[in-house]
Amino acid sequence: MQNRPEKLINDGVRLDGRGADEIRPIKIEAGVLNRADGSCYIEWGGNKVLAAVYGPREAHPRHLQDPRKAIIKYRYNMASFSVEDRKRPGPDRRSVEISKVSREALAPVLMLEYFPRSSIDIFVEILQADAGTRTTGITAASVALADAGIPMKNLVSAISVGKADGEVVLDLIREEDNYGEADMPVAMITETGDITLLQMDGNLTEEEFIKALNFAKKGCESVYKLQRRSLIEKYEKSCSD
Amino acid sequence: MSEDILSEVRRDYIYRLIKNGDRIGGRKADEYRDVSVEKGIIARAEGSARVKIGNTDVLAGIKAQIGEPFPDTPDKGVIITNAELVPLASPSFETGPPNENGVELARVVDKGIRGSKAIELEKLCLDAGSKVWIIFIDIHILDHDGNLIDASALASMAALTNTTLPYIRYEVGEEDEALLIKDTPIATTCADIGGEIVFDPCLDEENASNIELTVTTNANGDISGIQKRGAGKIPFGDISQIVDSSRRLAGELRKKL
Repeated sequence: MQNRPEKLINDGVRLDGRGADEIRPIKIEAGVLNRADGSCYIEWGGNKVLAAVYGPREAHPRHLQDPRKAIIKYRYNMASFSVEDRKRPGPDRRSVEISKVSREALAPVLMLEYFPRSSIDIFVEILQADAGTRTTGITAASVALADAGIPMKNLVSAISVGKADGEVVLDLIREEDNYGEADMPVAMITETGDITLLQMDGNLTEEEFIKALNFAKKGCESVYKLQRRSLIEKYEKSCSD
Repeated sequence: MSEDILSEVRRDYIYRLIKNGDRIGGRKADEYRDVSVEKGIIARAEGSARVKIGNTDVLAGIKAQIGEPFPDTPDKGVIITNAELVPLASPSFETGPPNENGVELARVVDKGIRGSKAIELEKLCLDAGSKVWIIFIDIHILDHDGNLIDASALASMAALTNTTLPYIRYEVGEEDEALLIKDTPIATTCADIGGEIVFDPCLDEENASNIELTVTTNANGDISGIQKRGAGKIPFGDISQIVDSSRRLAGELRKKL
């Protein structure tokens, strides 16, 4: 286990050289897997995340089927080698919770009523983790859903915001997540401003909370542009092939 | 929170009431049902409390053991929060390991307590690297009529304020000591029903809603936890007002501890 750096922020500059409201470099690629109906790969700072979407397909087991609409399954899974201390494979309490809130973060944009009795299955694999994996996962899943051609009202973008060394910072890195005072993942439908995921761990005053929320909004706007571009690029490529 | 089936007639009734500024039981939008807190009811537990919010009934028990710290925090004690949605509480609860609702419930309560630093983990260390107190917070839902998170968080906090660490039984001290509590995080939950925000939703209201927001606030008004649940969305501009109401209602609930 690494030790806590003496300072997480030096004169307004963070450990990786960013300012408080700057995001890490993000690379999004849509349609990276062959078997999946839709897929997306994201490198976001030190995070490497793959998302795949299957469906709509018949929901199994049958008692899960909803006669009025499709159900969503979302599996967030961390590879054992994705973190410093090996993670025991398989679901744990953290991943069960993340899977639930991530599914609920995407549900508002999916037109589920078009596909009664079926299931839309989303699989998110965290290959390398560096804070903000659930928000990276949601961002990737949203692109993968669009790539699968599933009718959606909009894209969902997500980013984490938090507090380190007493300052509100956007898009935490691992050190800020581990040693900071608060972590707040947010997912939004950027175009409408509706919030579809909001969690907070740690401690914030109301003023900090409002500032964090506004940082997150700004961050989601940048993420949204990259998501859109990745989808456009994929179709441009398939047209020119 | 629950997968109980709500009839369309009942759903329409709840919507209509709320649209007209009314509610089941005639409550105001930001009014809690009757809340009662009863502490120290399980003699074998290190601390315990039973909380009723209307017909919702939750029992929290605290057990303390001595064990090893986590390798990355050798000088800190451990808190483990677990919730059992036992089948006696609702026809929709099943036996078996906790499902995602149980896991989420326990984790939201746990994060509120941690975020507020209500318990100083350093004070639970007996011998760095080898011996620390492990505090188990076990939540049993006895009767489910909605808003399990607020009831569970309140019961857990009440039980913690009632906890005595058994130094004598574990032969690590001459005297048992009360667990030191530094803050009192309180969770308040609201549901969005047809665009109207109502606090302390009862079971039928929860089933009529597809979005709930739990905000945990400390004695000084800081926020120590937030969780949005359900497959809906919240307009950006509504959040700060909800947080304000949460803080005010938490102040009232805190008096019950």
